Amino acid sequence: MITAKINHKPKVEVLEAVIIRFVGDSGDGMQLTGTQFSDTSAMFGNDIATFPNFPAEIRAPQGSLYGVSGFQVHIGNVEITTPGDNVDLLVAMNPAGLKTNLHAVKPGHTIIVDTDAFTKKNLKKAEYESNPLDDGSLENYRVIEVSMTSLTKEALKDVVGLDNKSIIRSKNMFALGMVYWMYDRSTDHTIKFFKKKFKSNPLIIEANTKVLNTGYYFAETMELIPNAYSISPAKMAPGTYRIIMGNTAIAWGFLAAAEKSGFELFVASYPITPASDIFNELVKHKHFGVKTLQAEDEIAAVTSAIGASFAGNLAITMTSGPGLALKGEAIGLAMIIEMPLVVVNVQRGGPSTGLPTKTEQSDLLQSLYGRNGESPVIIIAASTPANCFDFAFEAAKLTIEHMTPVILLSDGYIANGSTPWKIKSVADMPEISNNIINNAKENWHPYDRNENTLARNWAIPGTPGLEHRVGGLEKDRVSGNVSYIPENHEYMTKIRAEKIKRVQNNIPELVTEFADTGDLLVIGWGGTYGSLYTSVKQLQEEGYSNIGLAHFNYINPLPKNTEDVLKRFKKIIVCELNTGQFAKVLNINFNGFEFLQHNKIQGLPFGNNELIQKFKQLVK
Amino acid sequence: MKSTAVKEYTYKDFTSDQEVRWCPGCDDYVILRAMQKALPEMGVKKEDVVFISGIGCSSRFPYYMDTYGMHGIHGRAPAIATGVKLANPNLSVWVITGDGDSLAIGGNHFIHVLRRNIDLNIILFNNEIYGLTKGQFSPTSLVGQKTKSSPYGNTQPPFSVGELAIGAQARFFGRIGGNTPKEMTQIFIESEKFKGTSLIEILQNCPIYNDGCFTQYTGKAVREDMQLFVEHGKPMIFGKERDKGIVLNGLKLEVVTIGKNGITQEDLLVHNAKEQDPTLHQMLLRIKNPIVTGIIRSFDDLTLEERDKEQIAEEKSNSNFTKIDDLLFSGDIYEVE
Repeated sequence: MITAKINHKPKVEVLEAVIIRFVGDSGDGMQLTGTQFSDTSAMFGNDIATFPNFPAEIRAPQGSLYGVSGFQVHIGNVEITTPGDNVDLLVAMNPAGLKTNLHAVKPGHTIIVDTDAFTKKNLKKAEYESNPLDDGSLENYRVIEVSMTSLTKEALKDVVGLDNKSIIRSKNMFALGMVYWMYDRSTDHTIKFFKKKFKSNPLIIEANTKVLNTGYYFAETMELIPNAYSISPAKMAPGTYRIIMGNTAIAWGFLAAAEKSGFELFVASYPITPASDIFNELVKHKHFGVKTLQAEDEIAAVTSAIGASFAGNLAITMTSGPGLALKGEAIGLAMIIEMPLVVVNVQRGGPSTGLPTKTEQSDLLQSLYGRNGESPVIIIAASTPANCFDFAFEAAKLTIEHMTPVILLSDGYIANGSTPWKIKSVADMPEISNNIINNAKENWHPYDRNENTLARNWAIPGTPGLEHRVGGLEKDRVSGNVSYIPENHEYMTKIRAEKIKRVQNNIPELVTEFADTGDLLVIGWGGTYGSLYTSVKQLQEEGYSNIGLAHFNYINPLPKNTEDVLKRFKKIIVCELNTGQFAKVLNINFNGFEFLQHNKIQGLPFGNNELIQKFKQLVK
Repeated sequence: MKSTAVKEYTYKDFTSDQEVRWCPGCDDYVILRAMQKALPEMGVKKEDVVFISGIGCSSRFPYYMDTYGMHGIHGRAPAIATGVKLANPNLSVWVITGDGDSLAIGGNHFIHVLRRNIDLNIILFNNEIYGLTKGQFSPTSLVGQKTKSSPYGNTQPPFSVGELAIGAQARFFGRIGGNTPKEMTQIFIESEKFKGTSLIEILQNCPIYNDGCFTQYTGKAVREDMQLFVEHGKPMIFGKERDKGIVLNGLKLEVVTIGKNGITQEDLLVHNAKEQDPTLHQMLLRIKNPIVTGIIRSFDDLTLEERDKEQIAEEKSNSNFTKIDDLLFSGDIYEVE
């Protein structure tokens, strides 16, 4: 039991960073509330990272434990690379939110609750036997009890024409107003947002603004609030920034790649969580000439993309785990006909339908091996919401330059998470070359290859004199005609694999951070970068100069220098949100190393503390 | 000025150097040659022609055409072709498929491509059997049909291709026997002219696994009596003696004989393929004695690519963005000094 005294007198405390979590019913607007707070803080100059955590049900039964929707944001004047583990402030709009999130609140820290929601009925739904606000179970926390629903109703009693539902729905803005005051943030950005978002409905703008301001002044006036905090802007590289979510960044990366390469962009997709928002973003940009097809199923999405690629577009399809399984045969077709194709897989908890809204890294082996026959493709993985832009661009570049499909892996965590992004101009992105052949020449063959990359040349329908056929039957090594010759099949199998291997010459080497050599090498890949970086950095600051971090963005092929990096450390631990799929890949590829593992399969990202404990054990 | 003239082709220009590997006596040879003869009549450039197929005997077709082509995967040709056409609407895109490929494994793509009305031509080789896998019943096989996978007779009732297609909003549907190349060539040409998805069902004999499956309709001796070949704007007359016709009696179509019971040619239905309401087209597909061949439905409508093109043009005129940077640097951006 914690006996630390709680100081109830207001004071201003200067903080380095703070972690806040907003929780409520899935209809309570917690995602909007969290997004507004993080955007406002980013514009103020803080570094931020966010983590939305919501149920698969759109409007789960009100007040239920499984219907709780949450949004966590970590802001600071220091470098922020994860949304953080335990929170400094929990805003709970109902008992279910409190019950399911209390464990995450640091002892002695603050909880704001809407007391109006703590009715008998809601307590029962949250399976509380007694009211936690009365029974002393929260005595280790600073609990700020506010009757937010009543205060919201009171604030809006003079707004004529507003229905009761709209009034109650704006109570999240009361909470946001309070939090803005507590952390010394202006309400300007959010009011501007209301004006834009609800421009056809002035009544809603008025109501939300009023409630936001009421919450803000309520916090200022009431002595209930123990502290006001101040977090100064972070030191970030100069430039123009915006807040970006991983899914948006992927969409924009493809737009940039299409412009840079001069290809028209074709995007086909079938709705699936959590990948849908990439498509939802791209369809907004038909003004750039983007061609989009919401297909009848996952297979039609990938095969129409293959058709579009055959006809000379940069073709993209996006999905999540179950959809990748359905696309498998078609990816094999794109692979054997050696056409460009990007398949984005935003991984979620599996197998089968699994945990659609939760994160996991368990599609790595499916991406590598989930097709019939010998069917290697390029696999790369984004590792932060912001670098989703770079890796979408890179996926497009590699597929066009190497004439083979690319699977780009993301995951629910970085797809929905957001961070500041120092905006890159298309002019600053690398050039993209291609293998298109425009003129018929004598002795031309569809399977003539670039001698360095082994990419075959690309004759696009509409080009006179280069008419040819491709298909899923094994191809003759030169003409591309059907061939059942045994030696040819072996030759083609090997050359398709060799082509992927040679991509090594076109990708960066693996870098190690914090230490180039030492006692422990922490290995990760994809969306866990922020968690691993934060933990190794903290250990570094605690004096552990013997721990290095090597994070992989390139899975197939692996960077050329991988073995050299592995050799420089005494122990290696591979950390993944699965049971050890990348560890298996490393084991297959590199003999003589012991790959220790740290795995988590809870649909959640790694916590800082669990990683630090693990790493400390290994170097003591 | 850029020349858009199309050079004079013959069927040889569309014949590839690959040896044709269908069974001797297969109607597929007839269809291949009909297509190679139809293409020079269409006014399209050879380099703009693309054949896309799925899997099955019929799907080897693209290898034998000296055009661009892709032999895809089972059932997916309509989806692949959709991507081809949307990527480059200038291309003349043909889907080659069979009854198993399009109606079983590819059933979903089949109905959706028709619904969307993309300007594609789909040639469905219906032989009521799986040939390449050596003789299993297909979604168009008859009840009772004995096959490798139904040794005691098929118990699954079949699809009717035309009825299914029109139910799925097909704007163009034609049907033709696999042994009538002249009419077939003409229908191919008409389907290319039609803007929208054209579906042509070919009653194709498989001499190995389902020999004679359509002989009662397509046999030389019987076909004039057993096929009503419809033409838009013309009365529905058939028969060796051209003395039989179709009238509407209540909610049924009825076969009548001109000159009997006071029936004259004036009493016969006149075929209107361009009618939006498909009721009569569906009724024509349901009669069995005779069956109806020719272009049964040809209703002009906007294509998907026309709708998309219009939308893109409108979005372009509504947008202030011309370059991707305009988007990247728009909205809530902020400076760090």
